[in-house]
Amino acid sequence: MTSELIDFTLVSVALLGIGIYGLAVKRNFIRMLFAVEIIINAANLNIVAFGRFLPHSGGQTMALFSIAIAAAEVAVGLSLIIVAYRMYRNVDIADFRSLKG
Amino acid sequence: MADAVFLALAVITIGSAIAALELRSLIYGSIALMGTLGGVAGFFFLLDAPFVALFQIAVYVGSIAVLILFTVMLVKRELIFKKIEDKRRKFAGIGLMLIIMVSLGAVFLDSGIKTITTDEPAPDFRDIGIDFVTYYWPALILMGLILAGSVTGSLVLARREDVENDQRAN
Repeated sequence: MTSELIDFTLVSVALLGIGIYGLAVKRNFIRMLFAVEIIINAANLNIVAFGRFLPHSGGQTMALFSIAIAAAEVAVGLSLIIVAYRMYRNVDIADFRSLKG
Repeated sequence: MADAVFLALAVITIGSAIAALELRSLIYGSIALMGTLGGVAGFFFLLDAPFVALFQIAVYVGSIAVLILFTVMLVKRELIFKKIEDKRRKFAGIGLMLIIMVSLGAVFLDSGIKTITTDEPAPDFRDIGIDFVTYYWPALILMGLILAGSVTGSLVLARREDVENDQRAN
């Protein structure tokens, strides 16, 4: 293994930055879900990298839990998108005004 | 130092993450998201975690990305190709991204994790299995319940009551 921990960490930081950019700039509900997925993957990559270099099996176990919970989150998020689209005929979050508190 | 495979995977992962957010068409965007998820699976292979990598391919590339693709197809055509974003916010977002990358990157580079190396063998799938059925078994059961609850919840959310009422009236 020639790559070091810092390499994986830097890739993870780059993915986190791109994900936060997507969440801040995009107003399309589906694109924001993409950004959340990218952030979750950055976190998983970090967990597995640190688990490999400790080395401890807890990192991989935690990453498996995280992937499963992310699957649940995407299922709920997509059904929310479908419901919101059915109500407003749009995916722009600025249009979902009745959700404003 | 990083080798060629690592560099290629990094370029694919980060490039397709940018493409997923910036491509005009949502369908191509979700295909680019598949590239990001597959690239992260490749990193898991490099980290000697083939079990997590295959789990990632099966769950993320196999089901989540396809689910997103089908949801995109339910949206009408003009919205798939329309970019919805603020121009002023875009520059602020790019600035925020650069600040996060530079500051977090500097913290990591300065934190001394550069010196961490290991020659020990990677934990294999037996260790993960032992973890799941011993220490983490309550969390495993809770995860199963959360998955069942979320799938049921999303089915209830996506149900169309108007169509059901029409069918009942007929």
